[in-house]
Amino acid sequence: MTDSPAKTETPPPPVGGAISDFGIDTTSQSTREAIGNYFARLRGGELGSLPALLGLAALVIAFTALSDNFLTLNNTANLIAQGAGKMIIAMGLVYVLLLGEIDLSAGTLSGVCAAVMAMHYVRDGNLLGGMGSTVFYVFVLGMVVAAGLAILMRIWAGAVLSLIAVAIAMLGVPPNAWIEMLLAVCVGAAIGCITGFMVSKIGMPSFVVTLALFITWQGVILQFIGEGGVFGIRTSPILFNVANGSLSLFGSWLLCLIAAGGYAAVVLGEHFRRLRKGLVTRPTPIVLFKVGAVAAIAILATWALTINRSPNPNLVTIQGVPYVVPIILALLVVGTYVLNRTRYGRHIYAVGGNAEAARRAGINVSKIRASVFVVSASAAAIGAIVYSSKAGSVDPQAGGLNTLLFAVGAAVIGGTSLFGGRGKVAHAVIGGLVLAVVENGLGLLRQPAAVVNIVTGLVLLLAATVDALSRRRAAAALR
Amino acid sequence: MTEPLLELIGINKSFGPVHVLHDVNLTVRAGEVTALVGDNGAGKSTLIKCVAGIHPTDSGEVRFRGEPVHIHSPKDAADLGIEVVYQDLALADNLDVVQNMFLGRERGSGWLMDEFSMERAARETLASLSVRTVKSVRTPVSALSGGQRQTVAIAKAVLWDSKVVLLDEPTAALGVAQTRQVLDLVRRLAEQGLGVVLISHNMADVFEVADRICTLYLGRLVADLPAKETTHSQVVELITAGRSGELGLARPEHVTL
Ligand SMILES: Nc1ncnc2c1ncn2[C@@H]1O[C@H](COP(=O)(O)OP(=O)(O)OP(=O)(O)O)[C@@H](O)[C@H]1O
Ligand SMILES: [Mg+2]
Repeated sequence: MTDSPAKTETPPPPVGGAISDFGIDTTSQSTREAIGNYFARLRGGELGSLPALLGLAALVIAFTALSDNFLTLNNTANLIAQGAGKMIIAMGLVYVLLLGEIDLSAGTLSGVCAAVMAMHYVRDGNLLGGMGSTVFYVFVLGMVVAAGLAILMRIWAGAVLSLIAVAIAMLGVPPNAWIEMLLAVCVGAAIGCITGFMVSKIGMPSFVVTLALFITWQGVILQFIGEGGVFGIRTSPILFNVANGSLSLFGSWLLCLIAAGGYAAVVLGEHFRRLRKGLVTRPTPIVLFKVGAVAAIAILATWALTINRSPNPNLVTIQGVPYVVPIILALLVVGTYVLNRTRYGRHIYAVGGNAEAARRAGINVSKIRASVFVVSASAAAIGAIVYSSKAGSVDPQAGGLNTLLFAVGAAVIGGTSLFGGRGKVAHAVIGGLVLAVVENGLGLLRQPAAVVNIVTGLVLLLAATVDALSRRRAAAALR
Repeated sequence: MTEPLLELIGINKSFGPVHVLHDVNLTVRAGEVTALVGDNGAGKSTLIKCVAGIHPTDSGEVRFRGEPVHIHSPKDAADLGIEVVYQDLALADNLDVVQNMFLGRERGSGWLMDEFSMERAARETLASLSVRTVKSVRTPVSALSGGQRQTVAIAKAVLWDSKVVLLDEPTAALGVAQTRQVLDLVRRLAEQGLGVVLISHNMADVFEVADRICTLYLGRLVADLPAKETTHSQVVELITAGRSGELGLARPEHVTL
């Protein structure tokens, strides 16, 4: 990437008395204008996550009215932990959707990661014994091939992670929860390298590649765990606590301080630096309102979650912010930072918006296309850690059933476009909350799985419809 | 006459069975505006894209400052200091004006882009082009009109410290005032010592700013004439028939004789 210096001196203003500044170009706008612009954008079809937020509010109100158990502290904390795994898979899928691609294998791929992780724990680090020698050597060979493909595509992170997976498998490292989680992520990244290679270098449509892999990984999970088998990980305190444990009271408030304070520092710092330099800013009242609202929500949520929420408070105490909250927040921050602040993220948006323009701008389009599958698969592995922890075991259904539907649905419901170019990691969190509420609420109302699946599917269909219509509307606005 | 900055020698290009460019020779000199004219489908855009590293050529040589160079990718062209305004503009709709102008060459480190300096530089360049109708440089390109997009594409090309600027119908969608600005800019770039290639269907514009007029006819470069010694009707004949009097393609009878 050359950073050839731009002209420091601007060309002299053109002759002929032309206005040499931006007439009506503005760097700041009044609060009223900003709100007006927001509504204009809504009318233009840029809905963002507004439908999801409205839907979330409606669902919460409806379920609260229908069930006394819905809006209780215990159920709310439980609901977040239930949805967290799929929400994290959705966060990775946002990267793939931004390019207008799809990863249908994200669900079962996460199941493979969960199975390998759990096998390492259950078999005392002896994957060779757990898989049988043929399967084990095929597995290791697969990881080596993945590393090779990653090097070929110059995706160094993918290569390093794949090789770590090989090392952990070959060395027979003794069981350790942290090593097992690392192994899961490394296996995920390696699988992502293979998917990415097939989509971007061989040029197969991602729909076909990942549909084939979806079935393949399902078979692999069955091979690893065995028909009717199950790997229990409940006995590992660390693995079990990921989705079932909570921060201490001090830790909870520290998290609140870091989250709310960090958000305020970053947003206000950037806002006032921009103001000082005369760059485009939002109205100060709106920025202050946003920072204040985030702080208020953080404090309120922390306060609520630090109350003892045990169903029988005299016997056991359950309090503190669940570990999954800082995990999701950390992934949200990292994922958003990468998309908004790094060159890589900018190029993802560019390729998703206009791949030909990106190519002409010198961006390595095929590398970007491959890399998002590595991101998505690694995130799916983290999701696998969380949902396996929540379940306390891994069985051949891990990552199957509606995991993928839920993850794609979360991203799309949150406002990420299926057509590429538009989306945020935060969309996965908002959409994930919507689906978690649907699943949990219908469960409380004792609805069978059939109803839950039908409703979840219809909600996804509705979100995709909104996406397609708003895209048409945005296209029409240009004419 | 100054020395040639960019020379194309014997460029051939086919898309499958369609032979689009036949042995095209073109010379771009520093400090001159070279107009490239020709009918629709004559191969003007294709020629530009070959120079820009978007299409590989089948045969022929490209020389930059007398040295043979190989341009295999848009990045190679940019590294040489060749900037292109494409006919289809090549902007990403979902990115804003600043993001588009710096696409692929973002300032700052890979891990943290320098948004402040990019925004300021983009604003200054746009101001120098008298873009008066863009509300904010942080507007997504999808919200701009056709003419505004074209100005952004031009601003994107002049932002860099380039040696050669190739403009493919840069004024096609512009209003009167904006066209004026772009034509002034074209002259100004040449005066600053850049080599400029301007593709246009508007003869008045061509005669106003060009030093030399090169005509492509069905993929062949049939004439390379000084603008001052050429008339309007000669150029029109060259474009439509490939020859005009003694200029252009040899008459068929000359070939048979
Ligand atoms: N990617 C492509 N694949 C196949 N044929 C192409 C491609 N690009 C251009 N052509 C063909 O090459 C010929 C020249 O096209 P080109 O775009 O260079 O014309 P042009 O001179 O720029 O015309 P205009 O004035 O309409 O812009 C046309 O016949 C066109 O059909
Ligand atoms: Mg053209």
